[in-house]
Parts: sequence; C-alpha cells; structure tokens
Amino acid sequence: MNLTVNGNTKLFQDIKTVTDLLITLNLEPETVVVEHNTTIIQPGSFDSAHLAEGDQVEIIRFVGGG
Amino acid sequence: MLTIAGTEFRSRLFLGTGKFSSPSVMAEAIAASDCQMVTVALRRVNLDDPDDDIMKALGLHDYTFLPNTSGARDAKEAIRLAHLARAASGSSWLKLEVTPDPRTLLPDPVETLLATEQLVKDGFIVLPYMNADPILALRLQDAGAAAVMPLGAPIGTNQGVLTDFQVEIIIEQAKVPVVVDAGIGAPSHAAYAMEMGADAVLVNTAISVAGDPIAMAAAFAKAVEAGRTAFVAGMGQKSKQASASSPESGMLSSDLGFLN
Repeated sequence: MNLTVNGNTKLFQDIKTVTDLLITLNLEPETVVVEHNTTIIQPGSFDSAHLAEGDQVEIIRFVGGG
Repeated sequence: MLTIAGTEFRSRLFLGTGKFSSPSVMAEAIAASDCQMVTVALRRVNLDDPDDDIMKALGLHDYTFLPNTSGARDAKEAIRLAHLARAASGSSWLKLEVTPDPRTLLPDPVETLLATEQLVKDGFIVLPYMNADPILALRLQDAGAAAVMPLGAPIGTNQGVLTDFQVEIIIEQAKVPVVVDAGIGAPSHAAYAMEMGADAVLVNTAISVAGDPIAMAAAFAKAVEAGRTAFVAGMGQKSKQASASSPESGMLSSDLGFLN
C-alpha cells in the first residue's frame, strides 16, 4: 500500500500495522513516537494501529536541542 | 534546593543538548556540568539515517528531560508537539517555545500565553520560554506555568543578560521559579544571572560549541554555584560615592600626616 511517511509517499509491501512499518524502516519502536493521520499512537499500541492505503504517518524522535 | 512542580533539583544549571559535535561529547559535558535537567527537541526521524538516537547516549533515567516545542510557530503547533513529546518521554515536563520568526527566534507572547493555558489544562508541567517582560511573567504564572524562562538575549547569541533590568523585576515579582534562558554566553553571564537571584539558568550553545565543551560545562557549574552562593550571602549595594575599605581612624601622624 501507499503510505506518506514523514512527508514522502512510498509503496510498502506486506505491512499491516505501525509495528510492521517500523521494522521495515529499521527503527526500534521504543525510540520513536508515531502520529497516524494526526492522531498520536501511544507507545505500546503500535501493534494494534492498523494502516490503510493513503494513510499519513509521522515518525518522530528526540534530538539534541536547547 | 530548587523545587519546580514538586520536584527538587540540587543543580541550578540546566543544559541544552543541541549542537554538540558528537553524542559522547554531549554525554561527557552533561556529566561535567553536574546538571539534573536537560532539554531535548523533537524532530522527524531521518529515514535515510535512522540510527541517530540521542536517548541512547544520554541514559534515560539519570536526568529529568525537558522536551521543548522548538520549531512551533504558533500555539496550535506547540500543543501538537507537546502531546508528541509527552507520548515519547512518558512525562509531562515541557519547555514551551513558540518562535514565529526564524531570524530573531523571539518568542510570541500571545501564542505562548494561549498555549500555556491549554497545556496546563492538559496536565503538562509548563516552563514557557518568554521575552523578559515582567507583566507577561505574571500572566504566565497566573495561567499555571510551573516556572518562567525569560531570555537574557536571543537564542544562540552568547550576548549575556542584556535584559537584566527586566529580569530583576521578574525575579522580584515571581512566585514561581525564574530560569534565565538563552543568550548566556560565558560563565560570568551565568554567575551574573544567579547573583541577581535567578533560580536557575539554562545554557546550551556556550557549552556545546566551546573549544572544549566538557571543561566549559565544568566552568559553568562553578559559576552557577558561585553566583547562587553570592546571592544567598547578600550582595553589597552599588554606590557612586567611594567608601574606604581600610579603617579611617588610627592613622600615623607627623610625616605621614597627609594620610589624615
């Protein structure tokens, strides 16, 4: 399915949930926070967050800042 | 001890984590500063380089994390970032930062107040970054801010506490802790803010871009402690009239009579 992840639309194969997407992107779930169609997915709920064609996903994490 | 929202802090130096040359230098500088509160920002993961994780370098449980809302241009964006930060950190601490103009990075007072009101309702511990405006400090305090963070000078300028006249009034009036944030470029600036009675200072650029950030972090720790100790000790009043330090009686007579 096509997903827009951090502003870039790409085709992803064999993905059902946010957890699947993070694994595909080589991201450890505990290091990121995810917004799915502008709703925050609480950590621990990535497995039950189902993705659909055209969804918008923002994957965010802490970086250095003042 | 400094207490903010019921949490006690032994150290009155807060550190920003931006612009360090590497995660290991950052971690060593934070250790050398002996600080207990560090700020972090939230950004999109770079999907081409996903292995860049600051939290690994920091050690999650050693510090109170103060996520900021940097990048937010209005209250709405700041509130969105705040909720993301809480989901990511699992804590409600928040440095609220609303800076619509990238050239000055000065905080928008109206949007900052609106966002503070909403975020306090949402259960956040809000520390708003603000211009050094005593009236705004009172408004933010009334809105439920846990501390106020007036700027010494614009972010990253290393100019020192250019706003000292207003910061003194803020300190005099505030019932919540006052953290001087932004513009502090040298340990002497930090000491000056603490001598004035600031409850803490937040430093980033002056340490992270120093020739030796680890040594500079240690220098700031000493300066903050010295300034605080001086404030508690009670500073002497400034005067235009000289006042002899040495006794004015018991001077020698005759040849040295001019001493009389």
